[in-house]
Amino acid sequence: MKVQLVKLAHGRSGDKGDTANIGLIALQDEFYPALVREVTAERVKQHFTGICHGEVQRFELPNLCALNFLLHESLGGGGTLSLMTDAQGKTFSTALLRMEIEISAEEAQEFALPQY
Amino acid sequence: MKNKIRIAGGQGFWGDLPDAPVRQVEGGPIDYLMLDYLAEVTMSIMQKQRSRDPSAGYAKDFVPLMKQILPACVERNIRVTANAGGVNVEGCAAAVKEVALELGLAGKLRIGIVTGDDIMANLDSLLARGIELRNMDNGAPLSTVRDRIQSANVYLGAAPIVEALDKGAQIVITGRATDTGLTLAPIIHEFGWAADDWDRLAAGTIAGHIIECGAQCSGGNCQYEWSSVPNLADVGFPIVEASPDGTFVVTKHERTGGWVVIPSVKEQLVYEMGDPHEYITPDCVADFTTVKLEYEGRDRVRVFGIKGSPATEFYKVSISYSAGYKAVGTLVYSWPDAFEKAQAADRILRTRLNRLGLHFDLIHTEFVGANATHGPLAGRPSADIPEVQLRVGVRGDDRAAIERFTREIAPLVLTGPPGVTGFAGGRPKVEEIVAYWPALMPKSEISPRVEIVEV
Repeated sequence: MKVQLVKLAHGRSGDKGDTANIGLIALQDEFYPALVREVTAERVKQHFTGICHGEVQRFELPNLCALNFLLHESLGGGGTLSLMTDAQGKTFSTALLRMEIEISAEEAQEFALPQY
Repeated sequence: MKNKIRIAGGQGFWGDLPDAPVRQVEGGPIDYLMLDYLAEVTMSIMQKQRSRDPSAGYAKDFVPLMKQILPACVERNIRVTANAGGVNVEGCAAAVKEVALELGLAGKLRIGIVTGDDIMANLDSLLARGIELRNMDNGAPLSTVRDRIQSANVYLGAAPIVEALDKGAQIVITGRATDTGLTLAPIIHEFGWAADDWDRLAAGTIAGHIIECGAQCSGGNCQYEWSSVPNLADVGFPIVEASPDGTFVVTKHERTGGWVVIPSVKEQLVYEMGDPHEYITPDCVADFTTVKLEYEGRDRVRVFGIKGSPATEFYKVSISYSAGYKAVGTLVYSWPDAFEKAQAADRILRTRLNRLGLHFDLIHTEFVGANATHGPLAGRPSADIPEVQLRVGVRGDDRAAIERFTREIAPLVLTGPPGVTGFAGGRPKVEEIVAYWPALMPKSEISPRVEIVEV
């Protein structure tokens, strides 16, 4: 079944030049393996089509049950060069939470997600 | 040796809550107050201020703040580390000394001054010797923008701040210094950690990273259950309680709002993160994949397990350069067909700019309310959307073209789609763009200087 990331994760995003970083953190530690499996660099690149014009890198932080993504060429030049409202990528983390991922029936049961 | 010291974060950026440092001093026991003032392009603003007035060029707000808190700091031996000096550290220290004398604190404190970060005067000699200062983002050599540079500073680390504290400075004022160094230095000073004690230096660095953005680790901008964060109106700024073994607790004063919870600390840990295995500072390389967190009580998160590795041979350099001009114009369109009207206005505007023969490096349109934050991910807005703000920005080297653009916004009110308002602010302002050029340079080229001013 499909579930939107907003039910499984929270996060924070920021900038370094024209690169946005998104830290994606499992809301509960048990959700982390599903994030690692489903939220790949490729999926994130595809999700940000039209926004991220460069490479997407992913790093794992199992100690925090978190993933860190670097989205290169995403901020209209970055810093003071950018003409974007969100030149610092502050809202990229919530944009990622729109993504839907596939989880198994067993996971759905184990996660016991609240019904929204 | 103390077995615990409390370092309070008082500013997350220049312009953060003005009363926060005062509340950190008055709200409970602390040993150090850490104040970060310098964003990436702040130095260029300060450089401009100093070119107009030789006594300016530092974080002006720091001086009245010191006036307010110095008596309490002296009485309770709270020491301050701040990168408030900008491009005029001596001027900042002189102003603080004047305030201290006014307060009758003559003979009662020392001010430490850390300089040596400013390499503006050495740029040509560095370039001539083959130090190219290539842009870390795109690899271009600095020579391509040499004639447009406005400021150039290396990020100094904890070492010179430690030296100033060792010499008895109650207040240490630096120019460009890393925000993590402002927190790490007091810990090194108190606990006498060795310069190659990489694990503990990494721990102190991560402590600095957690509190360097002020309340962003104590409930501010917290996505996790944001609507449950208590009393943000009185948000408590963070405090690190550091121990000699390299572990520390993140907390805040009692009876303040916000919260220090594992999710709020995690959110700050991943903020502006690159490769988490290699968080590089002048002091060490910290490995964020080793950080462990646990609760030690209400609003107390214990941080431990941190590993580090040796510092690199390089300083990061922050260079600012003039990169043309920009302007942004906005108008608001109302229901019905708010989105369609804003889109039509954008098309009309672009047609007119085109006919005028104006050339820009970039024209960027956003529809605030529909796509300004999530772009195409937001999907098409509801047909019933009550209002949309059209926001058009242009950028280029030709100031006259940008000026001409600013005169094309208001006329849309009478010559474009209906149901439009929101032009009370007048013509958009043309801004000079001061861009940021990150580079690396060998540490051997830099000699940080520490001076002590007796008040």
